Amino acid sequence: MSEAAVEVRGMTKTFNAGRPGSVDALVDIDLTIRPGEFVSLIGPSGCGKSTQLRLIANLLEPTTGEVLVNGKSARQARLDQDYGMAFQQAGLFEWRNVAKNVELPLELKGWDKQRRRRRALEMLELVKLPEFADHLPWQLSGGMQQRVAIARALAAHPPLLLMDEPFGALDEMTREHMQSELLRVCGETETTVVFVTHSIPEAVFLSTRVVVMSPRPGRITTVVPVDLGARRGVDTREDPAFFIKVTEVREALRGMPVTDLDEPVREP
Amino acid sequence: MFVLALVSVAALWELYKLIGPQDGGKLFGLTILPRANDIAMPHVWEMLSRYARPERRGASGSILLVVLGGAWFSLRLAFTGFVLGTLTGIGLAVLMARYRVVERGLLPYLVISQTVPLIALAPLVVSWGGKLHIGGFEWPRWLSAAVLGAFLAFFPVAVGTLKGLTSAPGPASLELMDSYAASWRHTLFKLRFPAAVPFMIPALKLAATASVIGVVVAEISTGLAGGVGRLIIEYAREATSDPAKVFTAVFAAAALGLVMAGLVALIDLAAMRNRPPRELLG
Repeated sequence: MSEAAVEVRGMTKTFNAGRPGSVDALVDIDLTIRPGEFVSLIGPSGCGKSTQLRLIANLLEPTTGEVLVNGKSARQARLDQDYGMAFQQAGLFEWRNVAKNVELPLELKGWDKQRRRRRALEMLELVKLPEFADHLPWQLSGGMQQRVAIARALAAHPPLLLMDEPFGALDEMTREHMQSELLRVCGETETTVVFVTHSIPEAVFLSTRVVVMSPRPGRITTVVPVDLGARRGVDTREDPAFFIKVTEVREALRGMPVTDLDEPVREP
Repeated sequence: MFVLALVSVAALWELYKLIGPQDGGKLFGLTILPRANDIAMPHVWEMLSRYARPERRGASGSILLVVLGGAWFSLRLAFTGFVLGTLTGIGLAVLMARYRVVERGLLPYLVISQTVPLIALAPLVVSWGGKLHIGGFEWPRWLSAAVLGAFLAFFPVAVGTLKGLTSAPGPASLELMDSYAASWRHTLFKLRFPAAVPFMIPALKLAATASVIGVVVAEISTGLAGGVGRLIIEYAREATSDPAKVFTAVFAAAALGLVMAGLVALIDLAAMRNRPPRELLG
């Protein structure tokens, strides 16, 4: 029961519920994620994949159904800082240097200064930026900022990492490099990951399972298991097995209405 | 740049004296252009050389020392007003940022407060202060002037800080703090305040100059002696016999504003030292 890293049962999310202009963002979501899994949520804009991530993070409350993280309620998991989070924008605080940014979640946990600093340097070592500890965020490239954001998200060693299109703003080359780095970091720290993306190759390359979602209302249509082995690298992207899975996910996405629900259509 | 601007103003002054009408430009019997004669508009060099002469005939020492003394007195009042006003402004901004209902209830009154003429308020503050006896605390007269400086200073700080606290941190940063289950107090000190600094600096600049204006006007309308405001009103009475005299005090008041603005520039430098250079923004 409490073995699942994330357990979503019968979850529905309706924005503006009971009022005119209410939008069913998600309906009947059931999803179980085991520890150590890397699960991607993929789908066209408006399929509710980011909303689902925020429900797991307890940044939003589900309208019905329940979300358990490590067997606790999502709210308790948030209060216990059981997960780290990374967004599309690195979102580093510009007034803090790199190490201080990584220390932020530890400060909020009440760690003492020396322990914080030590952990921050460890984390920067992990994301291969140890020499940038005293730099300011604006002195770093976009990819480096995102690595700092990942170090920050993992600083408290949470068992779960929630990522919302973290590489969406990076160029293709940086992006592929970051994907390999993320796999390495999460492998080393044995972190479970829920990863929102709209890139099919990214989802296939990273995941042990790809959850395909459809819009209006957002629901899970297909779950594609992927097994490209633990040692994925540059060659994996040219592996026929990789292309087969990419095709499979693309097929699952095909035929979905491509709408933009970011601005919901008002119906009379 | 600053010196250049100063010289230009002096040059314009002299130019107008040269070509302006001696008894003012009249249109339908109303004076619409200032008189260019030596009583209304003394020469720039006369104002400057006035500093070297004593305050009044027979007095020892130059008027410069008297004016400097008055400026120092007023500067301390303005600084006190600035600090009081800034603390009040920040406190109100935090309250308004925390509770929407306070913002809706309070903000209109803050706006109204700034439309009350300071001259009308000044005697009231003095008499209220005079009636205050908290323990052994005796309300000194100078404190009334500082409070009136604070009264003008708190407003830009409250409005600027409120804007910074509520709209400077992006939704992503707020979500991040939420994901850490950070308390409101933690979010305030670790995110909202640092993010609000770029909004607070211009507000503090306004507050610095406003506190000087508040103090000078308060000195005049409460009759508080010792400061530059009082010197202005005294010297203005001698305008016909010694027209350059009043300008010595007027310039001192302007210099006070500059000193206070310089103080905020130092705060700016200290608070923004980690921020991305301006050319990287926008």
